[in-house]
Amino acid sequence: MSDTTSKSEELFRLYEELSDASADLEPEDLAEQKSLDAIFAASQWQLMWRKFKRNKVAIAGGIVVLLFYLGALLAGFIAPYTLESRFVKYIHMPPQRVRFFNNGKLQPHVCGVDLTIDENLRKHYTPDCTERFPLQFFAHGEPYKLLGLIDTDVHLFQVPDGIVSLLGTDRQGRDMFSRILYGSQISLTIGLLGVLMSLLFGSVLGVISGYYGGWIDDLMQRLIELVRSFPAIPLWMALSAAVPPHWPPLRTYFAVTLILSLIGWTWLARQLRGKVLSLRHEDFVLAAKMTGATDAWIIFRHLIPATFSHIIVVSTLAMPSMILSETALSFLGLGLRPPITSWGVLLKEVQNIQSIALYPWVFTPALAIAILILAFNFLGDGLRDAADPYTV
Amino acid sequence: MESKTPILLEVKNLKKYFPIRTGFFRRTTGQVSAVDGVSFFIREGETLGLVGESGCGKTTTGRCILRAHPPTAGEVWFRKDGEMVNILELSTKEMKPLRREMQIIFQDPFSSLNPRMTVMDIVSEPLRIHGLAQGAELKAQVRELLEAVGLKAQHMNRYPYAFSGGQRQRIGIARALALRPRLIICDEPVSALDVSVQAQTLNLLEDLQKEFGLTYLFIAHDLSVVEHISDRVAVMYLGNIVELAKAEELYINPLHPYSEALLSAIPRTDPDHVSKRLVLPGDVPSPANPPPGCKFHPRCRYAQPICQTEKPEWRLLHDDHWVACHRAEELSLVGIDYD
Repeated sequence: MSDTTSKSEELFRLYEELSDASADLEPEDLAEQKSLDAIFAASQWQLMWRKFKRNKVAIAGGIVVLLFYLGALLAGFIAPYTLESRFVKYIHMPPQRVRFFNNGKLQPHVCGVDLTIDENLRKHYTPDCTERFPLQFFAHGEPYKLLGLIDTDVHLFQVPDGIVSLLGTDRQGRDMFSRILYGSQISLTIGLLGVLMSLLFGSVLGVISGYYGGWIDDLMQRLIELVRSFPAIPLWMALSAAVPPHWPPLRTYFAVTLILSLIGWTWLARQLRGKVLSLRHEDFVLAAKMTGATDAWIIFRHLIPATFSHIIVVSTLAMPSMILSETALSFLGLGLRPPITSWGVLLKEVQNIQSIALYPWVFTPALAIAILILAFNFLGDGLRDAADPYTV
Repeated sequence: MESKTPILLEVKNLKKYFPIRTGFFRRTTGQVSAVDGVSFFIREGETLGLVGESGCGKTTTGRCILRAHPPTAGEVWFRKDGEMVNILELSTKEMKPLRREMQIIFQDPFSSLNPRMTVMDIVSEPLRIHGLAQGAELKAQVRELLEAVGLKAQHMNRYPYAFSGGQRQRIGIARALALRPRLIICDEPVSALDVSVQAQTLNLLEDLQKEFGLTYLFIAHDLSVVEHISDRVAVMYLGNIVELAKAEELYINPLHPYSEALLSAIPRTDPDHVSKRLVLPGDVPSPANPPPGCKFHPRCRYAQPICQTEKPEWRLLHDDHWVACHRAEELSLVGIDYD
């Protein structure tokens, strides 16, 4: 005991001497020190951000993704109508053009619509600009719950006496623009939730498998192989068929998410296992072990932080496939069913030749999917390039 | 070093065999005898150099002592509170307080520091694991440690990539010192560094040894590095120690042909020196299939029929000079002549 105290006393004396020396630092030295610290004391996340920032396409992708999520969050406010608002007078109406100038004055408005029915009983809508309906911003409309919490009836824009339909209407006269916005709430969150659930299974099982190795690793890898060897679509079909049709919409929604992430987690688990396998033989892990660190310490202080950037990249890149899977399932009539409205459900409703031939605007949900998935892929690519600042 | 100082670490007949597994069911089809019966001791405050080619088992020996790998057989005795304890028999929980007494410095200064942690986090990690300090106290201790190894304490918020190889090695040394250990296993701490930085790092290690009363097991792959830091030197070949003696004794008067070959490979600064370098024929045999008898005999220029069949005994030839060679008495081998 006395041995260690004398040692620390000795150290303390040394420290005193040296701190006296450092107190004499010139102010210029301190300034230089600060500017160097901006580079050398930058954390992993700062380094990642610096690299990511330079990738303009990825930034654009990120902004688009953000806008989509913002749209989903504020769907009720941005959409002029609710999911179920019907305009019996305007069935299968094509998208309306928003005109910005009225007699040289800036006044966004839509024209009225004239309906004629030809000898084949086909409806023709022609804009009739003798009647002009100005857009009223932050106007009162149909009631809804903002963020699912606040009762309100203020919408971003409204046309009180007419109809404004930016993307046309469907066969029941419902506004496609509003329906896509509401559908995004389901489609975007199912991706997020599905990826989160995959992450939960995948990261825990992957890290354990890689860290402990041996029979645990063997067992998990065989399990993953088993899960992955099932053909995805028939498996989904079987599982979805097992979801009782009388379940409430919310429960069906969670069941479908669970089904989707059932296969998704294996991908992540494999990747993280590989990463942990290479990390656990690094000397810094051994050093912690030789100091007496517990497994939990090593996993949470060394292994998980080191795989964190990887997890983010993998999840970003997994989002599009999750969203597409949901769309595919719902399109086949196996996933979500009305009254829940997702983009897949919207597309399912227009599975017929008339829609393609006569009313192409009812396919706008497909456009939304394509844009979102492209944006996600650009964002994911950018994140992947920036993810590991320590390996150049 | 007087022989009266007590023994700190004693390794007895340490063996480590790694199984070779093949096929789908991972059946063990053979084994690599990385360490094949190694015995030595280190006295308190002493430096024992452990020298040998790559793959001879030096690193494995060091790691078995720290229980990084569970050894196949053998004993590792460590003096704790005046009593010798066989640390291989301790449970993980009983081992934890002993971990404060022994630390390791790694060869690769890049792999040994977590790139995602600041110097502060790296150096304080052992203290945090053992719950020895917190907050301002922790920071003060890290400051002391960094200054003790010659780094600026104000750089403690930087990440390892901001430092050169030599500086990183100093960070690794500061981490090893954090728990105030008595024994430090230096696993080729200078092999990855420039020659000029090597000398600085060796001097630092010597200064720290005096300052903190440390005991080193200094692993290296060439004799020139251990020359001035070691009190005694052990030469390892293919899992066995073949010769162990006081440093000067071994350098001037080697008794094993392998030591002789290693000594002849030390570069000399004397321009008039005519190199009589002994080049060993062949390669190191595979430790999965070592030659019978004396493991060195296929490459030994003094080999006799007996060397091919009988394993030489590990014996004390004279005053603290151990050797494992059948012909140790009759051969007169060439060491280094210090003029």
